[in-house]
Parts: sequence; C-alpha cells; structure tokens
Amino acid sequence: MPILTVGELAFALKRTVEDAFGRVRLRGEISGFKRHTSGHCYFRLKDMDAAIEAVLFRGSAGKLTIKPEDGMEVIATGRVTTYPGRSQYQIIVDTVELAGQGALLKLIEDRRKRLEAEGLFDADRKRDLPFLPEVIGVVTSPTGAVIRDILHRLADRLPRHVLVWPVLVQGDGAAEQVARAIKGFNALEPGGAVPRPDLLIVARGGGSLEDLMAFNEEVVIRAAAESQIPLISAVGHETDTTLIDFASDRRAPTPTAAAEMAVPVRAELLGQVMDDGARLVRSYSRMIGDRAERLTALARVMGDPQRMLEDFAQRLDDRWERLRLAGDGMFARIGSKIAEAAAALRPQRLFVLLEQRDERLEGVGQRLATAGGRALSDAERHVAQLGKLLDSYSHKSILERGFALVVGADGYLVASAADAKAGDGVTLRFHDGERAAVIDGAPVASSGAEKKAVAPKPIKPKPPAGSGNQGSLL
Amino acid sequence: MAKPASTDTDISPDIAALSFEDALGELEKIVGDLERGKVKLDDAIAAYTRGAQLKRHCEMKLAAAKAKVEKIVVRPDGSVSAEESELN
Repeated sequence: MPILTVGELAFALKRTVEDAFGRVRLRGEISGFKRHTSGHCYFRLKDMDAAIEAVLFRGSAGKLTIKPEDGMEVIATGRVTTYPGRSQYQIIVDTVELAGQGALLKLIEDRRKRLEAEGLFDADRKRDLPFLPEVIGVVTSPTGAVIRDILHRLADRLPRHVLVWPVLVQGDGAAEQVARAIKGFNALEPGGAVPRPDLLIVARGGGSLEDLMAFNEEVVIRAAAESQIPLISAVGHETDTTLIDFASDRRAPTPTAAAEMAVPVRAELLGQVMDDGARLVRSYSRMIGDRAERLTALARVMGDPQRMLEDFAQRLDDRWERLRLAGDGMFARIGSKIAEAAAALRPQRLFVLLEQRDERLEGVGQRLATAGGRALSDAERHVAQLGKLLDSYSHKSILERGFALVVGADGYLVASAADAKAGDGVTLRFHDGERAAVIDGAPVASSGAEKKAVAPKPIKPKPPAGSGNQGSLL
Repeated sequence: MAKPASTDTDISPDIAALSFEDALGELEKIVGDLERGKVKLDDAIAAYTRGAQLKRHCEMKLAAAKAKVEKIVVRPDGSVSAEESELN
C-alpha cells in the first residue's frame, strides 16, 4: 500500500467528489449566514439529517433575486467540491431560489407580466379615492386583528358606516370568496337596502407567500381591477407585495394604513370648517366695513346736498342783489347824466349868445354906418364933382351961351321944325328959366344963327311920330 | 318672487346634496373671494349666506359621523343583507 501525503489524499478526494457530483441542486435551510467584507457569503445548508458548508462568491451573490437569510428554505444550485485545508466538503453556490416558493414566485411573476400586458394595471385605470366616504366596504376575515385595526383607526379619525364582507383570506376557496365580495359590493344599487359603499378595503394580515397566495389569484386581481368602487389593497406586511396591489387603486402597507387613507381626521376637518367659518365672517365684515368706509369717505367728499343747495341759494341771492344794485346804479348814472345834460341846457347861454351876436351885429352896423357914411360923403363929393363936370358938359352951359330948348307940350324936345306945328304950345327953356310960347306957323327964312337955338339933343328921346299922335288920340 | 329669504339655518337643497368635499371646497372658494375683496357687494351678501350654509352643512356632515358596523350576510339565493355586528 503506497503512502500518500495528506495533500495527495485531499486532492484525490476533491477530484473524486467533483467528478462524481459535478453540479447539483440542493434543497435546505440557510443557517449561519455571513457576508464577509470581501463580499463573499458563507453559510450552511442544512436539513434534518445533515449539513453542508456553502460558499456564495461575490459575483454570484450580486445576481441573486432574493436576499438569503437564516431560516430561509432555499434551493441552491452549484458544484460540490472539497476544501482540503479543513477537510470538509462544500458547495460553491451560484444561484439561490426560495425552496417551494421558487416555482410559485415564477408563476406569480409570469402572471403579473401577462396581466400587466393586458392593461389591468394601467395607471389610467386608477381612481381617486373619495375625500370623505360615507360607507366603506371591507373585504376581510371577520375575526382577527385586521378588521379590529381598521375599525379602531376609522373610529379614531372619523367614524364611518362600515360594511364588512366576511371572507376566508387563505386556503381553499379564499380567492373566490374575496373576488365574489368585491363584485358583490359593486353589485349593490345606490339607495338600496344595503348601502353601496363608496370605498372598498381588501385586507389581510401578514403571512407566508403561500398564506397570501389568494391575493395573487387571477380571479381576485380581475375583480379588483374591474371594481367601479375605488379600492385600497392592504395585504400582508409592508414588505409583502401581492398582485392585487397592482390592480388596486391604492396600496396600503398595512390594514391600519388603509384606514388612514380611507378617511381624513374629523378634528382637523372640523377645525378647517370652523376656521373657514371664522374667515367667512371676518372677510365679509371687513368687506362691508371697507365699503361703508369708502362710502363715508365719498359722501364726505361729495358734501351735504342740503348745504350745497343753500350754497347755491346764497349765491343766487348774492347775484340777484348785485344785479339789482347794478341796475339801480345804471339808472342813477343815466339820470345824473340827463340831469347834467339838462343843467347844461340853460337859456341864458342862448341869450348870452344872442347878446354876443347883437353886440357883434351892432359893432358891424356901426362899422358899416361909419364906413357907409364915409363912403357916402366920398360919393357925394364925387357926385358933386361929377355933377360939376357934367354941368360943364350939359346943354345948360350951352344955354348960357344963348341957346334955348323948345319943349313940346308933351315934355319932349321939339327938335325939328316939322314937328312944330302952327298953334302948338311950347316951352322955351333958357339957361335961367322957361317961357311959354306958341308957334305961329309960318316958316322963316333960314338963318343959321337963329336956328341954332333949337337943341339938337332932346332931353328925352322923342317917341315915334305915330305914337305921339296915337298918344294924343288916347 | 315669492321665494322666502333663506337664512343661515335653512340649508338649500342644492347644498344639502353636496358632498362634504365639494361643500368645503366651495366654502373655501367663497372665503378666498371675499378675502380678496373681488366680490360685488350684492354678490357678497349672497356669497356670505351661501358660505354660512356650506359651513353648517359641513359641520352637520362631520357631526353626523357615527361609527356603524354591519356584516354582510349572503343568503342561499345570493341576495345580500347587512346586519349589526359587534366586530369592534
């Protein structure tokens, strides 16, 4: 028998184990899970009969979809090998999935994807929760902490009318009951004997994946998605997610949280209403006050109409008075002007004027008389001179030289012998007087000297012979 | 108009039909309008009256809030009824 070193044996064993088993899938419970600072994880997989050390290297650990922890029943896939340094065999794990649930989870995930593709989880299917529901329908087990938690929290915040639709929440038929309850609430007529809720809560307490499985069932998911009444899902604990959470309008992490989502707090609402009421009164009064103030201010600016009228009346009186005074003044002025004018109309002035005229006339008369007298005496002298001159040229001077004028009875000179008819009375005018004579009739031998006694020039031109004759006839 | 003048205590039917949320929302809008002073005086009186009714309606809605828990009973024929429950 050859002698082997420990190492030779160990490596021989290692090869043998690896060759014999290669990759395996091991089911067991995780215990002693430790994550080294290097990132590698070390734990032990065990079952009732045995245990095997397991190593999960960092690269594989990062790819896991679950977070391994003690007590977790898993199926680990890896290769079996040995660790010669410690004389132990182990498994180098590259994937870990939940044992028993692994297939279940895959089924759930596949279902989720299918229903999601169908549009059941679309965001636009989500309904807003009512602000203050009157009636809340709760689908849950009538026993247990869940319904009590919900009712208590509702009572604390705002007591409501709650309709509990009792259902099995796990086990056979649970899913069908939950789906039927959701549909049943939706089927209630508004105003019917049983009031139709305006909000639904589908609730269940925490549990294993299998326990919660009813809320992953398609029938429940479809009922929740089709509910016309807004629906809150509250299944399991905060870390648990079931497919109904995707189909509901809101997901609550716990049943208590669902109650909080369902109703506001009454005290807060009352406070808000009271506050609004106070603001209403305050703002209204302030508004009225403001208006009144503005009105008063405007009225002040506008003034009292009575006073305004009085003002006008006073102004009218004033104007009237001034008009009256002005009229009086005007008449007075006109009157005084007339009086003035009348005063100016004195006859004395006319008399004075007349006297002045008289005086002037007198003056002129005197001057005229003086001048006239002078002119007359001058004229007289002149006339006398002229007379003398005339005398010097008159027939008288000739008469003085011995001639006489024969004047007919008619006063006319008898300048022709023919005119001196026998028997005619004539007058002989001498330079110193006259003498009557009668023509004796016989013509005398012409003697020039005697004949010259008859003036060649009559004093008056003798009228034509005919007229003289006629005149005598008259 | 023979319609009697409404008072604060008479809640008009259209307000009585309002949900709490709608009533509260309208009340807050009225208060906001009044506070901004954007309301005519005549409208303000109507707004105030309505606001007072809305407030009262909201108060009554809250005052009327009383816990009532009933359990649904499904009869064999599928019909549904509710009965008082002492769940809490």
